[in-house]
Amino acid sequence: MKSVEEIKAAIEAAVPGAGVEFVPNPGPAAEHSLRLAPESALAVATFLRDDADLAFDFLSNVTGIDWPDKEIAEKAKVKRQVIKTVEGVDQQLEETVEETRKRVEPGCLEAVYHLYSIAKKHGPLVLRMKTANRSDQVELPSFTPVWRSAEFQEREIFDLYGIVFRGHPDLRRLLMWDGFKDHPMRKDYVEPDDYEYEPTAHDEVLKRAQEHKSREQGSGNREQGSGIA
Amino acid sequence: MDQTLKIELGKQGVFVTTLQELYNWGRRSSVWPMQFGLACCAIEMIATTMARYDLARFGAEVFRPSPRQADLMIVSGTVTKKMAPQVVRLYNQMAEPRYVIAMGACAISGGPFKQGYNVLKGIDRYIPVDVHIPGCPPRPEALIQAFITLQKKIDGQHLTGADRPRHLDANAQGEFPVPEFGEHDLEPTSNQGVWPVEIQGTGNREQGTEGHSQRLTCD
Repeated sequence: MKSVEEIKAAIEAAVPGAGVEFVPNPGPAAEHSLRLAPESALAVATFLRDDADLAFDFLSNVTGIDWPDKEIAEKAKVKRQVIKTVEGVDQQLEETVEETRKRVEPGCLEAVYHLYSIAKKHGPLVLRMKTANRSDQVELPSFTPVWRSAEFQEREIFDLYGIVFRGHPDLRRLLMWDGFKDHPMRKDYVEPDDYEYEPTAHDEVLKRAQEHKSREQGSGNREQGSGIA
Repeated sequence: MDQTLKIELGKQGVFVTTLQELYNWGRRSSVWPMQFGLACCAIEMIATTMARYDLARFGAEVFRPSPRQADLMIVSGTVTKKMAPQVVRLYNQMAEPRYVIAMGACAISGGPFKQGYNVLKGIDRYIPVDVHIPGCPPRPEALIQAFITLQKKIDGQHLTGADRPRHLDANAQGEFPVPEFGEHDLEPTSNQGVWPVEIQGTGNREQGTEGHSQRLTCD
């Protein structure tokens, strides 16, 4: 198989203005990936499938990633005018102070596609696509018209992460019911509070069970209530 | 009737019994389970019915594909929140007398998926369970043990009195509310009539529908 850089060059030659970005993987697996621009992604996908050399005829896996808003603390050196009293005389001095600045990097949702070629016996090629943010601009083009096997997996991502796939023939929730409002695989998902009895060694779960217990004792104990009845 | 006298009479060729014993013997010897599996525990349930373990020895080989003809619901596997209303509905459609065996860690508590977002943390939140079997999945022997436990329970039921089973009590509640799909969870999250299960002095979970039906009428 061509290397990922070569595939990127082939895409750029075939699809003008494709906007493909090479994402290196520094780990030992070195499974580099390509980030596609959502606008041209469908053309790129069609090229990858139909090109005689690449012939990626099999989409094996589609998955989602939630990147929450990230708060980054940066230390910067700032010059400041300071008035100091030196030997009884006020003097204006310039001083270098280290300041910590915080900035919030907005999060996004990402879809990851793994492609193989059964005809050419190569793969995987990893494609990624990012949404603009996590709240209102969560649209990505669907690859279902190109690879039929994306249908259920994109529905699952729509269900669990909330990415809306444009061009999907039947975008409904797959695992949860239709009236369900949340996206359970997002990092900020809040589970329903039913932690009444958790015989487990996981501290986090035990803590939640204790919180549940104290809450229940505060507001008319349910177990006592039914015991009396 | 005195047990020794009964045995003595039996030796002389005189068979003495009570209507209750005869009735319960007939019921426990031909419990028809519902043909219904939810996950991997169902594979063990199928194995239990096949030649090697042979549930037919206990009179329960006729798995019925319709709740109308079944006496026993073996909840064999993970009950997801999406499936829970259907399980309760199937239970409602079964004719009395009916029994429930919750088979495996998932059916009794949610098991390894307990902290998941879409798994019901035990079917006994919505319907009364007669026998709980732990295990992941329980071996066929464990299902047979549960079945024998259920038979013993049926044997011990009185036809009259306050502790009579639900099907002999005209006032007992037979319909169990089917949970609705809510925006974040099932609504309600449990049936207050059957959950939480009363914990007896020794810390054992109670294994009686009598208690459940009593509480149901009170509530």
